[in-house]
Amino acid sequence: MRKLILLMAGFFLISNASAQTIQMALIEGGNYTPLYGVGEQSETSVGDFYLDKLPVTYADFQEFVRKHPKWQKSNVTKLFADSRYLSNWENDLKAPANLMDKPITMVSWFAAKAYCECQGKRLPTVDEWEYAAMASTSKRDARSDSLYNVSILRSYEQPKTYMKTVGNSESNYWGVQDMHGMVWEWTQDFNSIILTGESRNNGNTDAGLFCAAGAIGAKDMMNYAAFMRFAMRSSLKANFSLTTLGFRCAKDAGPQNQLTFK
Amino acid sequence: MNYKNIRPIKGYFYPLLFILALAFTACTQSQSRNTGAKSYTKDYSKTKVFGEMVAELTAPPHVPPPVGNRPAMKLYMEMEITEEEMEMADGVSYLFWTFGGTVPGSFIRARVGDEVEFKIKNHPDNKLPHNIDLHAVTGQGGGAEASFVAPGHEKTFSFKLINPGLYVYHCATAPVGMHIANGMYGLILVEPEGGLPPVDKEFYVMQGDFYTEGRFGEPGLQPFDMQKAYDERPDYVVFNGSVNGLSGENALQAKAGETIRIFFGNGGPNLASSFHVIGEIFDKVYVDGGDQINSNVGTTLVPAGGAAILEFKADVPSNLVLVDHSIFRAFNKGALGILSVTGEENEKIFAGEIMEGIYLPEGSTIQKMPKDGNVVSPPVTMTKSELIDTGKKIYMQACFACHQANGEGVANAFPPLANADYLNADVNRSIDVLLHGLSGEITVNGKKYNSIMPSQQLKDEEVAAVLTYVYNSWGNNGSEVTPEMVNKRRKK
Repeated sequence: MRKLILLMAGFFLISNASAQTIQMALIEGGNYTPLYGVGEQSETSVGDFYLDKLPVTYADFQEFVRKHPKWQKSNVTKLFADSRYLSNWENDLKAPANLMDKPITMVSWFAAKAYCECQGKRLPTVDEWEYAAMASTSKRDARSDSLYNVSILRSYEQPKTYMKTVGNSESNYWGVQDMHGMVWEWTQDFNSIILTGESRNNGNTDAGLFCAAGAIGAKDMMNYAAFMRFAMRSSLKANFSLTTLGFRCAKDAGPQNQLTFK
Repeated sequence: MNYKNIRPIKGYFYPLLFILALAFTACTQSQSRNTGAKSYTKDYSKTKVFGEMVAELTAPPHVPPPVGNRPAMKLYMEMEITEEEMEMADGVSYLFWTFGGTVPGSFIRARVGDEVEFKIKNHPDNKLPHNIDLHAVTGQGGGAEASFVAPGHEKTFSFKLINPGLYVYHCATAPVGMHIANGMYGLILVEPEGGLPPVDKEFYVMQGDFYTEGRFGEPGLQPFDMQKAYDERPDYVVFNGSVNGLSGENALQAKAGETIRIFFGNGGPNLASSFHVIGEIFDKVYVDGGDQINSNVGTTLVPAGGAAILEFKADVPSNLVLVDHSIFRAFNKGALGILSVTGEENEKIFAGEIMEGIYLPEGSTIQKMPKDGNVVSPPVTMTKSELIDTGKKIYMQACFACHQANGEGVANAFPPLANADYLNADVNRSIDVLLHGLSGEITVNGKKYNSIMPSQQLKDEEVAAVLTYVYNSWGNNGSEVTPEMVNKRRKK
């Protein structure tokens, strides 16, 4: 299989973009019901898109900062990353050797966004991320499967899962791995939920995820795992670099993007 | 006090009754004034602060020193949020989320009028954002919004305490129920001007209900069970975060004659507590932690998210038992704690047992044994044949399932008792097996068995009876085992 891929890659002499597509899974779009933020409608539609099969690793990110010195930890613009940004690295160019195959964390939203853009990709939206993450190994939407929900919730409870090696868990329906039970992941519009969620509540723009107010407007009260993800996202600012927060990239699957030559 | 006066006038002198009723109301009013009703009439939002200090926060069951008569001050306090595995019961652990590394969280003590600058720190290894809603705080979410903090970050917010009382604080991040169910709650005490009256000992006790995948006592790390939490079916109801939170080496200690104050809170998330101390009466209960004081109370109800201040004098030495008097929680789910009071006996208050006699109700001098009772209660002294008869019944209840009706056992699993060399060789060893159980390889009649027999929860007489039955059946050597022999082995 790998040979075939190499052959194809060589044959078409295609750019990074298509080689990356192999590392990505095509997610067929559809309608889904998000936990928050679609007003009176209950469903929102998600178009076709590609999503990285794996979270970005330390090795990937080390390559990135070597090519782009402005994202090295001593060079990064302070506005774009807080003081924890890559703070566990040995130096500007060298990530801790034992973490190479672990998901990169302690990166800000700005850095994650820049990484994806340099690959000709982008961060997934919250809707895209949630849509892809509701798939179990066999179903596109496993949210009604209580066992699946329990397993996600349980994986969220485990401490220090950011020390796990990427790619060891089972692929989901789309062929994507490690969406749950490893690290939280940055999304393009992570901070948009509170605003849309609260704009319905008589124009009250206070954060809606506190106490009982968090349940106002939520569509699925029993989806505790989703509550945890939305609470997590709403606690973030774009310069935060957390030990438990990484990312993966996405790409449109429109015809204009499918065979782009560099 | 007025009952004697009321009786003769009942039905006759309504005007007088009315006046009496008025007098009664006036009386209760003045009483409540004595207990601090004036405090809520005063506006503490304008109280000036004098000086500043770093407030000491304490882990349960300890509380920081009283405020005494100090003026209102500016207080600085810090609290770290952790997510860590700790003990729930012997051999059972749970991933608790904590304020300050303990369940319940650190005790906060302040004075009405204090201005507090509160720093909340979310440990970088934590997976989740958290915040704090202090019921003592007037303002958006009790501080929940202002304190909402991502892992690896800290937030500082400030507030003025304008109502005295004992209040719960808790985490209010979605999913709120889960954050509370994992132990994120504690107490904040706002003392009135001049402080609470001094006492000898103060303790901090908080109840919480927990929902685990495994049933009560199932060993290992137990994950949170969302469905049980939703159904309000806790496996654990405990004081101070674990079944052993207030017993064994964690038991509270006091001396006879000391006055004791318990700051009692209920974190929930679901259950209200019927709090009671077995062997004591609360001299005073600050109902709901507020100004109203009730006297001479046995059991007081503390709602989830509520608190009460309880005061009593430990009059005599004893082990006082703290329970949730919704009593199955105490004996089957862990809501049980000990306050050990040591010191001199006071026979005027409690004389202990002064006499034991035989109770013979009239007309029932002939005692009848229950015919088909499930419980076999042997007479105190038994002849060999009585032992055998009793022993047969016990055998059919406790032993038959494995060793079979005629002591033949089950091949390769449960050794035979019929004509068994291992059994006949040593009576004392047989007694030990019943008392303490047996595991590991043994050889019986030339065949090897490697299995586990649990120890049997039987009285001395019952052990004696069942062994005598076995020794006198199926070709065994006819030994007689007496309760005394069993008792001797038990004491070894």
